[in-house]
Amino acid sequence: MAQAEYIGVKDIEGPFILVENVVGVGYGELVDIRDSKGVRRHGQVKSVSEKATLVQVFNGTENLVPKSTKVRFLGKPLEVHLSKYMLGRTFNGLGEPRDGCGELHGGKRVNINGLPLNPMARQYPRDFIHTGISAIDTLMTLIRGQKLPIFSGNGLPHNKLAVQIATQAKVIGSDEFAVVFAGIGVKHDDAAYFTQELSSKGHSNNIVTFLNLADDPVIERIATPKMALTTAEYLAYELGMHVLVIMTDMTSYCEALRELGVAAGEVPSRKGYPAYLYSDLASLYERAGVVRGKEGSVTQIPILTMPNDDITHPIPDLTGFITEGQIVLSRELDAKNIYPPIDVLTSLSRLMKDGIGKGYTREDHPSVSSQLFASYSRVQDVRSLAGVVGEDELSKTDKAFLSFGKLFEENFLKQGYEEGREIGYSLDSAWEILGELPAGELTRVSMADIEAHIRKNRQ
Amino acid sequence: MEAKNSSYTPHHGNVEFVNGPVIKASGMREFAMREVVKVGPRALMGEIIKMEGDEATIQVYEDTDGLRIHEDVAGTGEPLSVELGPGLIGSFFDGIGRPLDSLMEAEGMYVSPGTSVNMINRERLWDITPAVKVGDLVSGGVVLATTQETPLLVHKIMTPPGVEGEVTWVIPGGRYKADGDVAKIRDAFGREFSIPIIQRWPVRSPRPYRERLLPNEPFVTGQRVIDGLFPLAKGGTACIPGGFGTGKTVTQHQLAKWGDAQVVIYIGCGERGNEMTDVLEQFPVLEDPRSGRPLMERTILIANTSNMPVAAREASIYTGITLAEYFRDMGYDVAIMADSTSRWAEALRELSGRLEEIPAEEGFPAYLPSRLAEFYERAGRVITLNGENGSVSVIGAVSPPGGDFTEPVTRHTKRFIRCFWGLDKNLANARHYPAISWTDSYSEYSSEVNGWFCSNINPRWGDLRDEARNILAEDNKIQQVIKLVGEDVLPDDQRLIAFTAFLIKNGYLQQNSFGSDSFSPPLKGFEILSVILEFYHKAMELIRKDIPISLIKDDESVEAITHLRELAADDREGFDNLRKRLDAHLNRVATERTRKIRGGE
Repeated sequence: MAQAEYIGVKDIEGPFILVENVVGVGYGELVDIRDSKGVRRHGQVKSVSEKATLVQVFNGTENLVPKSTKVRFLGKPLEVHLSKYMLGRTFNGLGEPRDGCGELHGGKRVNINGLPLNPMARQYPRDFIHTGISAIDTLMTLIRGQKLPIFSGNGLPHNKLAVQIATQAKVIGSDEFAVVFAGIGVKHDDAAYFTQELSSKGHSNNIVTFLNLADDPVIERIATPKMALTTAEYLAYELGMHVLVIMTDMTSYCEALRELGVAAGEVPSRKGYPAYLYSDLASLYERAGVVRGKEGSVTQIPILTMPNDDITHPIPDLTGFITEGQIVLSRELDAKNIYPPIDVLTSLSRLMKDGIGKGYTREDHPSVSSQLFASYSRVQDVRSLAGVVGEDELSKTDKAFLSFGKLFEENFLKQGYEEGREIGYSLDSAWEILGELPAGELTRVSMADIEAHIRKNRQ
Repeated sequence: MEAKNSSYTPHHGNVEFVNGPVIKASGMREFAMREVVKVGPRALMGEIIKMEGDEATIQVYEDTDGLRIHEDVAGTGEPLSVELGPGLIGSFFDGIGRPLDSLMEAEGMYVSPGTSVNMINRERLWDITPAVKVGDLVSGGVVLATTQETPLLVHKIMTPPGVEGEVTWVIPGGRYKADGDVAKIRDAFGREFSIPIIQRWPVRSPRPYRERLLPNEPFVTGQRVIDGLFPLAKGGTACIPGGFGTGKTVTQHQLAKWGDAQVVIYIGCGERGNEMTDVLEQFPVLEDPRSGRPLMERTILIANTSNMPVAAREASIYTGITLAEYFRDMGYDVAIMADSTSRWAEALRELSGRLEEIPAEEGFPAYLPSRLAEFYERAGRVITLNGENGSVSVIGAVSPPGGDFTEPVTRHTKRFIRCFWGLDKNLANARHYPAISWTDSYSEYSSEVNGWFCSNINPRWGDLRDEARNILAEDNKIQQVIKLVGEDVLPDDQRLIAFTAFLIKNGYLQQNSFGSDSFSPPLKGFEILSVILEFYHKAMELIRKDIPISLIKDDESVEAITHLRELAADDREGFDNLRKRLDAHLNRVATERTRKIRGGE
């Protein structure tokens, strides 16, 4: 298609420009914009009509002069340049190299929006990823092809946890493993932490990094995760790698969507976020998975900081409805100096039920994890009771729960940043601390298991 | 209703405006409201939702990226419709009824816009047996021919509603593809109609029936908390609201697996792709507990996952319920699970926002309650046009933001359903599944279906249910006190109530979704509950005789009560054995105590 150039735009508002009398432009098309000095910017078509075409400008509209701005419609959607030489490289939020190592050569360009995966093409994820973290392996098992976000708060060690998962995950040993890191509106320091930690642990050659830093244009943020996921799909389904995608911080992404939605004059929904926030987040998170007949897989660990630690805020709320569980970090545990400070009761892995137990991890795994949840939930009730009547007034059973709770946090949950624990070890130590409780309270495990793991130990 | 008119010449219009899934087109005077149109060179499927002068607003069921102004809009001459005929069972459709396996053959692993495939496979052969003779008088609903669709289900090819007359030709018995005719009918004016095997029906119109019946037969689910405390009736409506992670989907899967229906339609509406894959991998392997056949032989899946186009999500609910009504009209009990209706409501909101309509509560359009009512009212137990009994039971999951049940979708849904299974975050956190709250939930059917349980399971069914509910309600109050002062200071009779409630919660209500306890027939639940309540009565007598509860609780047989659910349903010996051990223990406690008191004297 001929790429006619239009000189002059009608309106400029926020990140949008309105171009009149444009013909033959497609919805969602990529736009090339040059300001009066000839500097290029990218944009995307937001709506088309007879009279005017609305274009959203990445890199912002500063310094654009309505009369002399030149607009060229490229007749293709926003694309990312893919090639196997991406590994080890760092790109900006729009997929342009930012590491000074020059342009990518070869490969191909692909639309970053992706298409919905046919549910028939999917293979149900069942392969257990051994992270070496007791709480995660035992209670919220990560499965290859899963999307399991970390719900955190400002100042909590979510970055540390993500790095520990990425470096300890058992699939890492093979060459077919890659990490795609998408920094969305992240601080310079956070970005540096990730790249340093991951490369110091020997993964500098299998990481692809997309960075949109906190002071980069907001509008680029909405493209960054799509760039990363398109890359991940390419690595997984075409190069056969098992890809772990870490996206942080999804809150910045949603804030960017809100900012643009308001600027475009859309009818806002909950807390001013656009009504399509759910569909939009789903179009990112649903790009995790395993495809039948393909070697690789895409596993996602999105990180989001909950505004005011509020899990009912639209961002964590909608995310939780789409992802296959969540790992929630607790400020209270962090204050007690317990790392990883995982709030196990509100954390969950939905895919765990089919990836654990006989033939996967160990036969007693499902029931012992259910028992830990039930008993630790009782600990919370006993603690609040103890806060009222004092510990001394508690019944014998309640006291047993208190000591179980303490052991659970100190011996089971807490572990070193570089400590990897075998799943068998984690399960055994779970039984050991359950032994603190009277057998009548163990209603989730079978009589036979109690016999095998607890009564036997006592003798 | 006639088959699609092949002599129809499509009207044409022009794209004027594109904003995501909502577009406008001009030159549309000849089109009908709600007509399905094909947009642009890729023939994207859309539906006309508003007419303004020469201009029509169209919601497009597929991704509109790349769509340009002045591109063509072509009419199809009919509203959004589905195909009805043999071959539906065991299929897996997207929101607008395209089979996902054919889409995969045509397009590969991704669902690309503009792919057109037949809903029903035309190549498969069916053994068709005629059910009428030439000269018979038939009217809408009368069965013209039958075919064994799956080992579990006879598919009845019916006279379409509204057609009446004399049979002038009927298909001779034999093997046929589904693309032909089943009969010819001449009406009172002498016009002859060909009745195809595959018929079409517009999804937004309910299919007619003769008469509605009262729902007084239970829809047995094999879930103790539902069958026991909050039963659903065949032809009833229920909703499962719960925040994320409370187990809506697992509960829906459980109902789809074990629910007492001949046809199950599962709609994954705006939910996860992996969940649908899970169903797809499990159902062909799992057995229906009643017939022993694979569950897939009675199931139809409809998936519009959260990343698929939003307008098709809006349509998926109607596609599902229309298929349900079709099988109901054959005289079957059909259950439809919609997971989740909130996503459907949000699709309405998203489209309404794009249309710049004035929003009502929380951005939802003002017509949300009437749309919900229209959907749930399509459930019911009816006498079909053919004089048989059939039912459609509807179970809708609701995903309230932040788990707050006062939000519009939950609140309005409550107005139109009769069975409310509220999921509780705290129960889910303690992994007490199903996390159906015994305090918030209710069923308006419990008295209506009680008669069935009393005559089919045990005459004491209703009494046990009432007593268990009383104990749970009493326990609810006692727990408030325990939270303040601890358990030890309570009198023993109250502690016994709290302990019995503990047994009911952990031994009866809690049920694993995997393993042998996944399906619990009503009799098993009854047995567990009767053991618990017998224990309660005997223990209460002992407490009245001043025997401390600590002695009563302290025995292996009491601990074993919460493990009763590990027994098989028909293990009468197991249940009797525990009854005996409990009796022996309680008698021992009583006599030892008496001896001590006497000795002390």
